[in-house]
Amino acid sequence: MMTAPDHRIGLSVRGATKVYPGTLALNDVDFDVHLGAVNVLVGENGAGKSTLMKVIAGVEQLTSGEILMEGERLSLPDTRTAAAHGIGIVFQELNLFPNMTVADNIFIAREKTRAGIDIAAGEQKKEAVELLKRLEHDISPDALVSDLRIGEQQIVEIAKALAQDARILIMDEPTSALSAAEVEILFRVIADLKKRGVGIVYISHRLEELIRIGDYITVLRDGVRTGARSMEGVDVSWIVRNMIGAASKDFAKTVQHDFGDEIFRSEDICLIGKTGKYVVDHVSLSLRAGEIVGIYGLMGAGRSEFFECIMAQHPNCSGAFFIEGKPLNEPDVAGRISRGLALIPEDRKAEGLVQILPIRENMSLSSLGSFAKGIHLSLRRERETVARFVRDLTIKIASMENPVSSLSGGNQQKVVIGKALMTSPKVLLMDEPSRGIDIGAKAEVFRTMRKLAAEGLGILFVTSDLEEVMSLSDRIVVMSNGRITGEFNGPDATEEQIIAASAIGHAPSGEANHMNERKHG
Amino acid sequence: MTSLTATQGQTGSGGQPLVLLLLKLRTFIALIAVFAFFSMAAPNFLSAANFVIMSKHVALNAFLAIGMTFVIITGGIDLSVGSIVGLCGMVAGWLILNGIDLGIGYSLYFNLFEIILITLAVGVLVGAINGLLITRLNVAPFIATLGTLYVARGLALLSSDGATFPNLVGKEDYGSTGFYLIGTGSILGIPISIWLLIAVGCAAAYIASRTPLGRHIYAVGGNEKAAALSGVKVNRVKMFVYMFSGFCAAIVGLVISSQLVASHPATGETFELNAIAAAVLGGTSMSGGRGRIGGTIVGAFVIGVLSDGLVMMGVSSFWQTVIKGLVIIAAVVVDQAQQRLQARVALQQQAAAR
Repeated sequence: MMTAPDHRIGLSVRGATKVYPGTLALNDVDFDVHLGAVNVLVGENGAGKSTLMKVIAGVEQLTSGEILMEGERLSLPDTRTAAAHGIGIVFQELNLFPNMTVADNIFIAREKTRAGIDIAAGEQKKEAVELLKRLEHDISPDALVSDLRIGEQQIVEIAKALAQDARILIMDEPTSALSAAEVEILFRVIADLKKRGVGIVYISHRLEELIRIGDYITVLRDGVRTGARSMEGVDVSWIVRNMIGAASKDFAKTVQHDFGDEIFRSEDICLIGKTGKYVVDHVSLSLRAGEIVGIYGLMGAGRSEFFECIMAQHPNCSGAFFIEGKPLNEPDVAGRISRGLALIPEDRKAEGLVQILPIRENMSLSSLGSFAKGIHLSLRRERETVARFVRDLTIKIASMENPVSSLSGGNQQKVVIGKALMTSPKVLLMDEPSRGIDIGAKAEVFRTMRKLAAEGLGILFVTSDLEEVMSLSDRIVVMSNGRITGEFNGPDATEEQIIAASAIGHAPSGEANHMNERKHG
Repeated sequence: MTSLTATQGQTGSGGQPLVLLLLKLRTFIALIAVFAFFSMAAPNFLSAANFVIMSKHVALNAFLAIGMTFVIITGGIDLSVGSIVGLCGMVAGWLILNGIDLGIGYSLYFNLFEIILITLAVGVLVGAINGLLITRLNVAPFIATLGTLYVARGLALLSSDGATFPNLVGKEDYGSTGFYLIGTGSILGIPISIWLLIAVGCAAAYIASRTPLGRHIYAVGGNEKAAALSGVKVNRVKMFVYMFSGFCAAIVGLVISSQLVASHPATGETFELNAIAAAVLGGTSMSGGRGRIGGTIVGAFVIGVLSDGLVMMGVSSFWQTVIKGLVIIAAVVVDQAQQRLQARVALQQQAAAR
């Protein structure tokens, strides 16, 4: 392991071992945080990354091992102490208060006050605006967090961490909901932080991203450190090898098959948003059986809203949908599911799953009718069917009676996919199907999508991951400002074309335009 | 890798499954403890006559608690049940005594069967109003049912100007005699109200565990948004639970006025609180998504046996109130412990399956 002389070690973990009842989350792990550098941490879900970060942030305590700062042993019994030592963290799961304003959220539990009682709201707002400006967003500090899209919420979460002026800043998947343009902005902010000598710990599943911005890399597998070095000379295959242990997993190679007839069509779908502007602007597209169409676009491009229109979430949207040529007039979700539509929502936790219910009940929730005779449910048939889907989708579970919240992100996503598939759909709508899941699970999800398409399903999916849309789609539709601004044949499309199309309708030209995208979105 | 058969034994560290089992059965254990205690402390507690009296008391609260359990599982609350009890009692009394005045010199009288149906329909109707307020007009359940609590109670008082409808024996000519049987009659030595409770309880338990509707009730309470996106008709589910709760309250109204052979407009005041207490004691989570009908019934028995037993021991009613409150708080505290332990066991199993 080489250490560049200008990157002082700000914090180091030695011999970290963390035992949870029944599992060894960390096994004798060493980890260094270099100041003024980006320290990348990578590994599959359950490899121990988040546990290690929680230990550093004071959320969890080590079973054995030590944390050293400036050569001194540190005890971090809680997050407050960690914060006092200059350690800040952006959690993977958003920890925001949807009922409070952006400014309130940024300064939560650190309110700026006069005489310790009266909140200096003006000052907080001013500072919030400055922080958001650093992130090149003009989200109003008075906006309620619940009114923001997930991507914007992630920006607020990052602003919250920046507000702490941390010396060591941990970012656990900060980009999972950000568009390409916003990722660029974040990287500029990270570069700026580096210059100020902040040590950044960066966790992400997007490997290219890591190689681009990382200075040091540490790879974990099953709680054990399998590699740690400076980023020089590291490539994707090296990372994957250390993460998975064997050679690279194959990423959804296309199995060639012919497409069937048109299975789904939308005509002139329009939806007018709160501000009186089109959120979805005359969107017409068609999908054939066996075809995978990827919809790419920046945040606020209207992609999710378009899906919501398809699933009857906006009663006032205009236009027409057709399934196998016949108009889709059912006014509610149940009716549309019965016509062969199934949605896998973007926000798994809030929209996809009922966390406290067992895995079995979550999976069968959309298809209970098929297990019922009159009003009587056949629990045996339900169990058998769920078991079959668990097997087919290789969901790793101890028991299908455990609450779904006990599963890792990737397995939870598979449960949501299983729920959709159990309705035997003709058209699958997937909103950000790989959000927040690790590379192994991602590859499996993609393989599943390919397989389903080969079996004759039409798949429409939304993503803001350029690589994903390019490698997975038979056809690519680009949306911007609610309109379709480009349509490409999968194999022929180039990244430049897609990015150009996704920026159409956003202020004049040049790089700074992304700043203005909020005003239009 | 996919292991569906991982057993609890090999993953748990020793006594955990046993502790969990004990915690799961805690309401039942509490019931046995209460029983054992009073059998020793209160004379005559174990007599058959006392059992019949006690179970009649318990049944009233149990009906309400069953309806309440469904409402709470969907994440709502129904404060109006006590008033529905009062209103329905008055409706039944009015129909037996006065019939319906058609305004042309004639009054329309109904037979007993029709009176029961109309009374039940009134309860369901108030529940439907609750449901409509909550689903169509987006009123918070607490406020909507607080409103109907007052309205229904006011209507009950208006119906007789606050007086009691006495002597509800009915008239032979109209076929409305025998009203007293609902509350006081018995079949095979078991009171009719208990038979009714068994029927309603079994139906509710069946709905909860073996029908799509039951699943939908749990899903709506666990995550309304996800349920809606999964195709659950959330509004219909909510309508059902409030109407069912109203139905249960109407039964109680009938039973009470039948027992007394009279209906008083203030009947059922604060019954809603006892119903909520029984549901919570039985393991129903106020945040929705969790609860069992069986647990609720056992919970109702714990509360009922506790208060009757204390009466028999001669404990002052002020102390009874204090003790009831403490038991409810203790139940919720233990419930939290169970949830934590359960989550841990599930995580362990999951970790072992990896």
